[in-house]
Amino acid sequence: MLAPVNVSLDSLNLVTLAPMLIPILGALLILIVEVSKANLHKTLYVMLSLLFLALDLGAVLESAGVFAANGTLLGVFDVMLIDGLAILAQIIIVGASLLFIPLALTHSRFHEFSYPEFFALFLFMISGFQFMVASDNLILIFVGLETASLALYTIIAMHNRDKSFEAAVKYFTMGALSAGFFSFGAMVFYALTGSVEINQISAVLSANHYADMGYVLVGTVFMLGAIGFKVSLIPFHTWAPDVYEGSSAAMAGYMSIVPKIAAFIVAIRFFEFLIHSGVVWLEIALYASVVITMTAANMWALVQNDVKRMLAYSSISHAGFVMAAVLIGTTQSNSALFLYWMLFAFTNLGSFSMLWISRQKHLPEHQPSDHTYDKFAGMIKTSPMAAVVMGLFMLSLAGIPPFALFWGKIYLISSAVTAGYTILALIMALNSAIAAYYYLKLIVYMFMKEPVMGNDGQVYISNSTISLQVIIGIASIGTIFAIIALNPILEFITSFVYNSGY
Amino acid sequence: MLDHILSIIIFFPAVAGILGFLVQKDSVRAYGIAVAGIEFALSLWLWFSFDSSVSGMQFMEQLPLVPAFGINYILGVDGISVFIIILASFFTMIGISSLGETKDIKNMIVTLLFLQMTMAGVFAALDAILFYVFWELSLVPMLYIIGAWGGPLRVYASVKFFLYTFTGSLVMLVGMLFMAYFYYQATGVWSFAILEWYRLILPESFQLWLFAAFFLGFAIKVPMFPFHTWLPYAHGQAPTIGSVILAAILLKMGTYAFIRFSLPLFPDASVFYMFPIAVLAIIMIIYTAMVAYAQKDVKQVVAYSSVSHMGVIILGTFALNVEGISGSIFLMIAHGVVSGALFLLVGVIYDRRHTKLMSEFGGLAHVMPRYATIFGLMMMASVGLPLTINFVGEFLSLLGFYQQSHILTLLAGMAIIVGAIYMLAAYKKMFFGEVTNEANRNLPDVNKRELFALIPLAIITVWLGIYPKPLLEPINNSVKSVVQLMHDKAITDEAKSRIPSLVKGIEITKTSTPEAH
Repeated sequence: MLAPVNVSLDSLNLVTLAPMLIPILGALLILIVEVSKANLHKTLYVMLSLLFLALDLGAVLESAGVFAANGTLLGVFDVMLIDGLAILAQIIIVGASLLFIPLALTHSRFHEFSYPEFFALFLFMISGFQFMVASDNLILIFVGLETASLALYTIIAMHNRDKSFEAAVKYFTMGALSAGFFSFGAMVFYALTGSVEINQISAVLSANHYADMGYVLVGTVFMLGAIGFKVSLIPFHTWAPDVYEGSSAAMAGYMSIVPKIAAFIVAIRFFEFLIHSGVVWLEIALYASVVITMTAANMWALVQNDVKRMLAYSSISHAGFVMAAVLIGTTQSNSALFLYWMLFAFTNLGSFSMLWISRQKHLPEHQPSDHTYDKFAGMIKTSPMAAVVMGLFMLSLAGIPPFALFWGKIYLISSAVTAGYTILALIMALNSAIAAYYYLKLIVYMFMKEPVMGNDGQVYISNSTISLQVIIGIASIGTIFAIIALNPILEFITSFVYNSGY
Repeated sequence: MLDHILSIIIFFPAVAGILGFLVQKDSVRAYGIAVAGIEFALSLWLWFSFDSSVSGMQFMEQLPLVPAFGINYILGVDGISVFIIILASFFTMIGISSLGETKDIKNMIVTLLFLQMTMAGVFAALDAILFYVFWELSLVPMLYIIGAWGGPLRVYASVKFFLYTFTGSLVMLVGMLFMAYFYYQATGVWSFAILEWYRLILPESFQLWLFAAFFLGFAIKVPMFPFHTWLPYAHGQAPTIGSVILAAILLKMGTYAFIRFSLPLFPDASVFYMFPIAVLAIIMIIYTAMVAYAQKDVKQVVAYSSVSHMGVIILGTFALNVEGISGSIFLMIAHGVVSGALFLLVGVIYDRRHTKLMSEFGGLAHVMPRYATIFGLMMMASVGLPLTINFVGEFLSLLGFYQQSHILTLLAGMAIIVGAIYMLAAYKKMFFGEVTNEANRNLPDVNKRELFALIPLAIITVWLGIYPKPLLEPINNSVKSVVQLMHDKAITDEAKSRIPSLVKGIEITKTSTPEAH
């Protein structure tokens, strides 16, 4: 007979679960509300989601306070790992979600927001991402990843257009493949080390001095495939442009930020000990992947005819840029990763929101897709304010100082310089120059061309409501005045990253 | 208020620009002139309160921006930068007041005010990142000016202008980050403050690489041969006001940055690269002069001649002695005045005839005598006639370089003669002879608005040509300290001997040491 397992509730440290449980509770509540009374308006669900996300953010900040005072927190049989990385990533995840969810309150009526399930799924997804970043247990990471991904596939399909179904199915099949990669990679490491916890794996591997190098490489390749898929590294990027095109602009902006930061955290946790322990091959593979992702995505972005697809490729390029931080793997570079991604969240969500606000319900004859460049021609004449704001986001994405992304860029390039990656620093700098061209292309259309006949500027704000304007306002304030908040943010990030031992 | 005068000069036009959006369209011209006038008055005030006998930085302001990464808001001017700031606000005022009929005039004036902010910022910034911020930001208004008000190829020209300079400056940015990292290694603190960088002595091999990185950014901006190809397009397509500001101020950013960054930070590398750069500069002078001679379009003639004179400025800068560098700074101002005026003059005739081809003109001196007089004066100044402003700068620059190499200086001097040929030829084609084209027969002479812009420039041209001392003295003072700093920092013997020491005491101790043995 088995002895009863005796675990004190205190040692479980259940408080570590609080930030993830809040959105789950919120999702369940939304489902219950829907069951008890049908046909409630979407504003109710938006506000409920906002409230729960705000609570969630509060809980995350609470744990940030605990971390600052007591250091890393383990919980639930040491499966949960609340360290600086987890907290920073959760702040980005929840913060970006807070900015995203009001975008559902559009002027025109869109299909997905009429379902309460959309909001429930959205909250489930957030808790999935939170689990993913707050653990170094490969199984829990996998569970978080799949919870989030399955919710995300459904959310994309709910947009209810032919292209959305295509996007969701494409994303799903590719996602299934990457899930397979992930589990296979995890299996290899479990076979090698007898553990699914990354720090255990690292300890066992370094204890036997990487004796089974061949197997380590096999496992690493599969993990690289799985994580590369999530952050859309080339050659695992093929889903990205189509999925972005099929989703609504707001969702595309969201997807370019939140799932990727979750994957970056896993990448930091998993790859950095491997790189530092001298798995040279992995360094070369990552190096090549980073450089190719930055450069090739930029080249593809140059030739796009649709602004949304251009932004999709630009997001891939930015992801490659930030992946360089994982490759460099110093405290400075990891801090730069968070700084970059926070600033990128404002800028990219802002620019996708500008597309979202100009989304037409029905396309006119001459316009093949939602956001062609032609649509934005002469925007300065017809709606100057929107053109200036859009131009601002483009300049920020291009890395023109003093706008937000420039500061992330120099800090990241500086970390490459400091760590001795001179060539990489130059490649990053030159890629910014290539990228400037396609951002400029939109600016050229907006500011230097004549408007298309019959365009009275109404189209650019056809979706406009107060809540969308507020979100864009927040994004543009964040973009312009980033420099003021930069020092406290940088110190906060650096201390958190440093105290987590990365 | 005097403590913050630089901040006021930088941000006053920007704030005024934002408010300018609210001004009614028909009144916005007057608003622009008023704002630019106040700005110019502020910069004159800066000059009057400027102490010419001090060689170091004045009106310093310091404010931490990102202390964790060593980025600070540091401003200050010395004799090298103060006159370029005044020149910038002067040209903004003249440019706005000379604006003719322009579509979307409100956007144009607001853009010009923003441009003025960035120009003042570049020359007043003493923190490398702050400098970089204004340096890059200045591209955006110019991109808009060329792209929205330019000629038929305007989009191509503006994007080319932007990408060319942007690429160069990104490489420069990597150089700056390296510099900050070396400073961090030496002292344990991050800093982008230029004055603190001055104290850092780098090994020669590092200097060579960093010099190259900075050089790319600056050389594209100047633009030096072979990076000059964006400029003729930009000038060719830009509206008059764009060309004026571009030639008078924006190009000076590159040559100014050489003196502010490259020379004092990398003295050994400057000596190492002195002859290659001098050769490039001379190629630039001769080649662009020849290209200018072949042009049919009078604006292109002025554009290429402007590039050609920038070569003389580079040559003076890399003389690495007080005469050469002072001369080159003086020539920056002179070139600003003269080429700015020439572009304005080309704009005058373009407004009347909507063509810039010289073959369309001829005998204009009969029809527009006042115009011909001012054009003649400016042209003479451009070819470096003694007692005009350009002569002082060119003479000093060449005098400076003569101490480094006689032959190269001789070549450069020859090139100035070529300059005289194409300018005189262009003048002859346009102004002398009979009026051949009927369309030119009844052209009105320069009007009051144009005279308001041109007369002050003509006065400055002659005044500073005859009596350059008010500018030359403060410039000289500041340059002396730069040269002394370079001499003290230089590691190699070659550099020590090429860069003269200005303090006699050091020389004596040096020579006395061997004697003691």
